[in-house]
Amino acid sequence: MFLINCPYCGERDHQEFKAGGEAHIERPKQPTELSDDEWAEYLFMRKNIKGIQFERWNHAHGCRKWFNMVRDTSNDQIKLIYKMGEKPPAE
Amino acid sequence: MSTYFRIKPSEFIDETVRVSFKFNGKNYHGFKGDTLASALLANNVHLVGRSFKYHRPRGIMTAGSEEPNAIVQISDGTNRTEPNVRATEIEIYEGLEASSQNCWPSVNHDIGGINNAISAFLPAGFYYKTFMWPASFWEKYEYVIRHSAGLGKSPTERDPDVYDHRYIHCDVLVVGAGISGILAARNAAKNNLKTLLVDEKNELGGSTIYQNREFNKIENQNSSDWLKKEIKELRNIKNLEIKTRTSVAAFHGYNYLLARENLTDHLENKDKQGKIRQRLLKIRAKKVILATGALERPLIFNNNDRPGIMLSSAVKKYADFYGVVSGKKNVFFTNNDSAYESAFCLHNKGINVEAIIDIRESSNSKIVKAVEEAGIKIHWSHTIVDTRGYKRLSEISAMMLSNDGLSVTGSKINISCDCLGVAGGWTPAVHLFTQSGGKLKFDENDNVFLPNIYPSEQMSVGSCNGDFKLKEIISNLSTNLKQFLKVDKTDFDNVLIESEEENSKRNIWLLPSDKPIGKTKPFVDYQNDATAKDIKLALREGFRSIEHVKRYTTTGMGTDQGKLGNMHALGIIADTAGVKMSELGTTTFRPPYTPLTFGTIVGRNVGEYFDVFRRTPMNDWHIENKAEFENVGQWKRAWYYPANGETMHEAVQRESKAARESAGILDASTLGKIDIQGTDASEFLNRVYTNAWSKLGIGKCRYGLMLNEDGMVYDDGVTTRLGENHYLMTTTTGGAANVLGKLEDYLQTEWPELDVYLTSVTDHFATASICGPNSKKILNKLIPDLDLSEESFPHMSFKNAQIGNIKCRIMRISFTGEHSYEINVQSNYGKAIWEKCMEAGKEFSITPYGTETMHLLRAEKGFIIVGQDTDGTMTPIDLQMDWIVSKKKYDFIGKRSLYRSDTMKEERKQLVGLLTDDPNIVLEEGAQIVSDLNQSPVNMLGHVTSSYYSPNLKKSIALAVVRGGKNMMGKKLFIPMEDKTINVTIENPVFFDTENKRLNA
Repeated sequence: MFLINCPYCGERDHQEFKAGGEAHIERPKQPTELSDDEWAEYLFMRKNIKGIQFERWNHAHGCRKWFNMVRDTSNDQIKLIYKMGEKPPAE
Repeated sequence: MSTYFRIKPSEFIDETVRVSFKFNGKNYHGFKGDTLASALLANNVHLVGRSFKYHRPRGIMTAGSEEPNAIVQISDGTNRTEPNVRATEIEIYEGLEASSQNCWPSVNHDIGGINNAISAFLPAGFYYKTFMWPASFWEKYEYVIRHSAGLGKSPTERDPDVYDHRYIHCDVLVVGAGISGILAARNAAKNNLKTLLVDEKNELGGSTIYQNREFNKIENQNSSDWLKKEIKELRNIKNLEIKTRTSVAAFHGYNYLLARENLTDHLENKDKQGKIRQRLLKIRAKKVILATGALERPLIFNNNDRPGIMLSSAVKKYADFYGVVSGKKNVFFTNNDSAYESAFCLHNKGINVEAIIDIRESSNSKIVKAVEEAGIKIHWSHTIVDTRGYKRLSEISAMMLSNDGLSVTGSKINISCDCLGVAGGWTPAVHLFTQSGGKLKFDENDNVFLPNIYPSEQMSVGSCNGDFKLKEIISNLSTNLKQFLKVDKTDFDNVLIESEEENSKRNIWLLPSDKPIGKTKPFVDYQNDATAKDIKLALREGFRSIEHVKRYTTTGMGTDQGKLGNMHALGIIADTAGVKMSELGTTTFRPPYTPLTFGTIVGRNVGEYFDVFRRTPMNDWHIENKAEFENVGQWKRAWYYPANGETMHEAVQRESKAARESAGILDASTLGKIDIQGTDASEFLNRVYTNAWSKLGIGKCRYGLMLNEDGMVYDDGVTTRLGENHYLMTTTTGGAANVLGKLEDYLQTEWPELDVYLTSVTDHFATASICGPNSKKILNKLIPDLDLSEESFPHMSFKNAQIGNIKCRIMRISFTGEHSYEINVQSNYGKAIWEKCMEAGKEFSITPYGTETMHLLRAEKGFIIVGQDTDGTMTPIDLQMDWIVSKKKYDFIGKRSLYRSDTMKEERKQLVGLLTDDPNIVLEEGAQIVSDLNQSPVNMLGHVTSSYYSPNLKKSIALAVVRGGKNMMGKKLFIPMEDKTINVTIENPVFFDTENKRLNA
């Protein structure tokens, strides 16, 4: 029952949000140049980390904006929230 | 009726208000303030239920929500009934009717009691082990087992009560209004924090409020008197909201808690009417203070479950708070000083205490000395080895404990008694703390698990944090509260406290008997009849994980969730397996802390509010014209319009013929509509659809197919170019929200450079679709000055027009293969435009048709429905829709996936048409298709996705997906059904008007 600090709207109940999987997986600019394996890497391979994970979230029942979240999946602590397009923290 | 059992009541019972109630059909009375349990004890009723497995007689054990035995069914003769309610929590009211559960024909004469006699044959896992063979007999076994098990009867009628949900946001939530909770709440509120204090009981003050402990003083006053003054002052504090009869059920992450507020269960039936029964509070608190207290533990000894055997603290509470005596001849059995307080309290009220059996060697505390001086016999280093009395305790036997506590010696002492107060120490109620994700540590000194690592801004105070003595409760609370609330001082930093000192302890999880364990019944979980013997058996059979032992023996799995016995189960496992409690850990504490009714959980979301639905602006017309409806996503769509008692089949056949022979009209308002604007709108469509969009002229429409990045068909629909930078996209009815979400996702994350704006306009427009050879004439009647010639208004084009005063967008597009028009108007004109179409179409017998006919008509044309003929594993190539996939475009969503080795396989399932050899047989959708009936195991080639009887072709038609079907035209296949095999032939999926002549007819 997260309390999520939407970068556009502020703190809201997690019922308003939709999780969108792993963050920072950029769609290849030239998909046709890729081998099957390279494309499959983009398409299918996702990390499922116990610990610090970078995720995409969408304020679906709010401003409908996507943003990034750093979450510790072992205890559901939200470490950081930042806007789409911003660089992930170094760690 | 005997009045012996009601001594001079305390201030909490109003003896001027007599309350009559029924228990097991018999009339009793109690007083206002009584619980069902206290009122029954006052009437000397101890036998209240039967145990789950052995059907042993059971009595009231506790005075709180941890009660394992006194579980009753409440009913008032109407359809208001509730099973599995704890008699210790029910406040009696005039007319209350309660009955025992789990016994037949009655609690006094229970046939299931035979299980007790044969209990040697009912070990742990008995049901798992015995009813395995033969497997086919399980259904018969299950019937008997379910019949003999079962706790209470579920209601068969609709719940007459109203339930509610409420959101609460506060700075500080305090759970539990004992002395710790009250002081914490008071000080939080006084520091300008919005504070909510909740307690499951109807009175504030916890156990301190009624305990006239001689040795507990605050500011030289009796601690209960001091607390009463505090409570009085609470009511005047701003920022403080107090909710009683409110039980916190769940503590989730980020300080989100669910609580049930009970509003009417204590009221007479006539006062319940028109009121909300229970309210689910959804609380988000900045800080949470848990002051949930501790539960007294029983002791585990042979036959420790008879009616009359109670927790010593319960004996005391019934006497102090309710003024009720639980027995005439009382004995206490203890491993700490708590039982002495109870004994002393009874003694002071003039009630006979026969003896105290204490497993310790001695204790020097003041309270023990006081009891000794009162002349009560104490048997040190003794344990109870057996008890007697079937429906009520009559006698106990005690023997001397060996030094190691593993055996007994000496001669037996028999003491006759009708009530035994058992005191096995205290278990901090850490349930909510662990639910929130908190980690426990084991305290070897007190043999308790205590809060250790907090996952959120919360604090446990008082006895749930292991502080059992008044002095440590208050001083630790003062220190911790200042830190937690970040304040300099509290009201009670310097109060003078006098409390009893630390007492000596001796903990033995399983007490020995003179009989071998196999011949004893030391119950650990009273409700589920799990004994220490069962736990040892589970360990012998190789179970090691505490979670497995729990499930195998069912220890802790009743409605009470083992609040009393779980610690002993852990202790016995640890002792037997030779591991430390700290290494063993605990089973998971799961919500709810006490059971919730379904009514509370669903709140107002019942009946038509269970799941919201959407109606089109033409809905009233459909109802007036007797349409049957089907659910499509959240929409209620007209399914078919039966006339003159037609069956569904007859109606659909008539509608389908009419649409092709003259004119039909469909309410297409539910299709998803997305308004797309911006200078990059064309480029955007190029990227999201498989086909090319750059060259689509203004005023033209185009069908588009949308894929997922994995190449599978996601959605389809017609998009119209309204202007240079303005498109109107339609989506499937069910897919609208997801399509919008997906488009927004790409725009925001992958292509933020595109100048495109998306707006959902599904609800803004209503759509009437008229089709059939006469549709052109009908539109001409509606708008005589609109040029409908092929040159001016060809298929797949759009015009702005006006019907009367109503502005409309008309698209000439077709999902039926007929010449047709979709008339879009502002939603509030939807019904008006529909009626105008009906009026204009009257002379052509325009026929309204529903979704079923729409499906049939499009199937005749081989048009797919995404989600019916596709299932997330179909590419456009699989659908034989290669024509819509642009070869020229460099990229679009899913393009690369179409060239993966897997998606290019020839033997993928592909969409084909199917015709049955017998044209009258209509296939079942979902039926499996095979090529060789003699194969074993038979190779499933695919399945039927759409199937209808076509009145226009006068034969049955079907669409199917078949492995390699594309190259199997004309091949004969089989559909084996339960009673017959149907012969089919693979065909082209376009069955009707293969040359599309009718579009322009």
